[in-house]
Amino acid sequence: MTQNGHSIVVENLVKRFGSFTAVGGISFETRRGEIFGFLGPNGAGKSTTIRMLCGLLRPTSGRAEVAGFDVARAPEKVRQNIGYMSQKFSLYHDLTVEENLRFYAGLYTVPRGVLDERLRWAVEMAGLEGRESALTGTLAGGWKQRLALGCAVLHRPPVLFLDEPTSGVDPISRRKFWELIQQMAAEGVTVLVTTHYMDEAEYCNRLALIYRGALVALGTPAELKQRAMRGELLLVECEPFDRAVEVLGRAPQVEDAAVFGRALHLTVADAAAAIPAVRALLERQGVEVRRLEPIRPSLEDVFVALTTGRGENGNGRS
Amino acid sequence: MRWHRLWAMARKEFIQIGRDSRSLMIVLVMPVVLVLLFGYGVSLDLKRTATCVFDREGSPQSRDLLARFASSEYFNVVKHVDGYPALTRALDTGACKLGVVVPHDFSRRLAAGGPVSLQAVVDATDDNTANLVFGYTEAVVRGFSAETQLDWLARQGERRPPVTVRIESRTWFNEDLESKSFIVPGVVAIVMAVIGTFLTSLTIAREWERGTMEQLISTPVTSLEVMLGKLVPYFVIGMVATAVCVAIGIGWFEVPFRGHWTTLFGSAALFLTVVLSIGFLFSVLAKTQLAASQFALVSTFLPSFLLSGFLFAIEQMPPVLRALTHLFPARYLVTILKAVFLKGTEAPALRFELAALGLFAIVLAALATRAFQKRLA
Repeated sequence: MTQNGHSIVVENLVKRFGSFTAVGGISFETRRGEIFGFLGPNGAGKSTTIRMLCGLLRPTSGRAEVAGFDVARAPEKVRQNIGYMSQKFSLYHDLTVEENLRFYAGLYTVPRGVLDERLRWAVEMAGLEGRESALTGTLAGGWKQRLALGCAVLHRPPVLFLDEPTSGVDPISRRKFWELIQQMAAEGVTVLVTTHYMDEAEYCNRLALIYRGALVALGTPAELKQRAMRGELLLVECEPFDRAVEVLGRAPQVEDAAVFGRALHLTVADAAAAIPAVRALLERQGVEVRRLEPIRPSLEDVFVALTTGRGENGNGRS
Repeated sequence: MRWHRLWAMARKEFIQIGRDSRSLMIVLVMPVVLVLLFGYGVSLDLKRTATCVFDREGSPQSRDLLARFASSEYFNVVKHVDGYPALTRALDTGACKLGVVVPHDFSRRLAAGGPVSLQAVVDATDDNTANLVFGYTEAVVRGFSAETQLDWLARQGERRPPVTVRIESRTWFNEDLESKSFIVPGVVAIVMAVIGTFLTSLTIAREWERGTMEQLISTPVTSLEVMLGKLVPYFVIGMVATAVCVAIGIGWFEVPFRGHWTTLFGSAALFLTVVLSIGFLFSVLAKTQLAASQFALVSTFLPSFLLSGFLFAIEQMPPVLRALTHLFPARYLVTILKAVFLKGTEAPALRFELAALGLFAIVLAALATRAFQKRLA
C-alpha cells in the first residue's frame, strides 16, 4: 500500500488511440478494502482504464499507482499484486478446472505449502467440488466465471480488477458472485469493478460515473443520487389511471410526472408537503388513490440526469 | 526467469497439444507419412522402363539384341508389336515409354559390316527421364555393337585387340546408387520444418483468437517464460519426430548411417531452434492462426523443399537461386544430414554449416523474444 493507505492512485490518466481519446484525464483514489465501481455505457473508457491499471496498455500521459507500484515503470510488480478478470471469459476451455487453477497458481507463484489449500478453497468458492476434472469449456456461465475469479485471486492479491465480471450470467449467479466480492473486500481486498448493471452498482462503496472518457461524478451511490436529483420522488398508484395522469401533469406542486408501468413517478420539491396536496387533488377529481409514498431514486435516474446535456447517451451495448 | 512459471507454461502447452486432435495428427502421423511417401514415392532412379519392341526382321541377331533389353534391369519389355500404328498407340496411351524398332535388313547389313541404324522412340514428356532412357538404350546397343565387332575381328583371324579404355567406376557414399538414400535424410529436415514452424505458428495466435492472452499477460509471467514455455514442448516433440524419421529411414529403408549421433541430433536441435523461433515470430506478428500458419508454410516448407538441396542439387541451380539458398536454414541441415548419413562426416568438417545454423538460431531466437510484448496495443 502507498503511505497514505490508498491502494489505487490515478492522476490525470490519458489514453489516446491515434486521434481518438479513449480516456481523457481521469483522477481518483481508492481506499483499502473498498469496492470501487466504474459505471458507464460501453465505449466510455472503463475497460481501457482498467487495462492501463493492469499494465496491459501504456498510458499516453498521466500517472497511476497500484498497490504502491507505478504501472508504467514497474508493471511486473503491479502484476504480482493484482488479480484481473477480463471482460471476455478467458480461461482455457480445453483444460480441466483443476488444470486451469494449477496453471495460474504456477504463474502467480503460489507457495507449495499453501497450494493445495488454495486450490481447494477456489474449487469450493466456485461451487465446483467433484467437478475438478471437468473440461472448463463444458461448464455453465456462472461456474466459469466464479472459476475465473478463483484463478485471479489464488495468490491473494491486495487489489482486484474485474471488468464486467457478470455479463451474460444469470441473476442468481450474479448475486452469488457479488457475495464473494463483498467477502473479499471485507478481508481487505480493494476491488475495482466495471459494470453497466445499475443494480450491481448499488453494491459498490463508491462509484465513478464514466462517460465519453471522462469521470463525470464520483461518490457513494447515495451521494450521487442526492446530488443528481433535484427534489424527491413519489410513487403513485391510482384508479382511473388516465385521469390521474392528466390531473397531475397540470398540478403546480409536481415538477415532472413519468409513467412507470401501471404507476407514476412524480418529482416534487418536498415530499412531506406534496403528499397531502397530491392526495387531496386526486380525490377532488374522483380518483381513488391506492398507493402514494416517497421512493428513492435509482442509479438509472441518476445516470440519465448526470449525462443529459453532455451530448447523446451511449447507444447501449456495442 | 522463474522455472516454475516456465514449467507451468510448458505443462499447459503439453496438455493442450494432447487434447487437440489436429495437432496430434500432425505430430504423430505426419512424420511417418512423409517419410514413407518420400521414401517410396519420390524415386529419382529409373528402373524397369516400360518398353515396346517392334522386330521387323525376326533373325537370331535381332532377337539377341532385344534379349539384352529384356535382361537389363533398366528395361521391362512389356509389348511386342508388329507395326508402327501399334507402337504409336503404345506410346500415346502411356503404356510404354520407349519403343525400339529393329530394321528388316538388320542381320544382312551386320554381316556386311556396314552401319546399321536402330530406331528408338522415347516419350520425352519428362525430359530428364527421356535423357536417362536414351543413355541406358545407348549403353545396351553399344555393348551389343562391341561384341559384334569382336566376333567379326575373330572371324577375320585377328586376335582380340590388346588395349581398350575402360572406366573402373567406384560409387562412394551411396554405393548402390539408391535415390532413397539421398532423399530420406532430407525428409527429416522437411518434417522438422513443418512441425517446428507450422505448429508453433498457431500457439500465440490461438491465445489471441480465443481471448486467453489478455488474462495470461496480466499475470507476472515474463515474455521469455511465455516463449520458452511454449517452445519447449514443441522442441521435445520435434526431436522425437526426428528420431522417428531417422529410425524409419535406417530401419525400414536401410539408409546407411555412418556418422555420429551427436552430430545428427546436435544439428537437428539447432535447426529446430531456428524453425520454432520462426513459427513463434509469425504467430506473434500475425495474431490470427490462419495468417500465421500460411506465412509459416510459405516461408519454411516451400524453401526447405525446393531450395535446400533436398531434391534439386544446389550446385546446378542458376547463380541467383544458388545464392538465395544461403538464406534458408534448411539448406545447411540438408547438407549436414546427407553428409552425416552417407559419408559419416565428422562435425569439424561441417563447421561452416553448423556455424550458419547456430547463427540463424541465435538471431531468430533473439528476434522472437523481443517480438512478444506483454501489451495489448
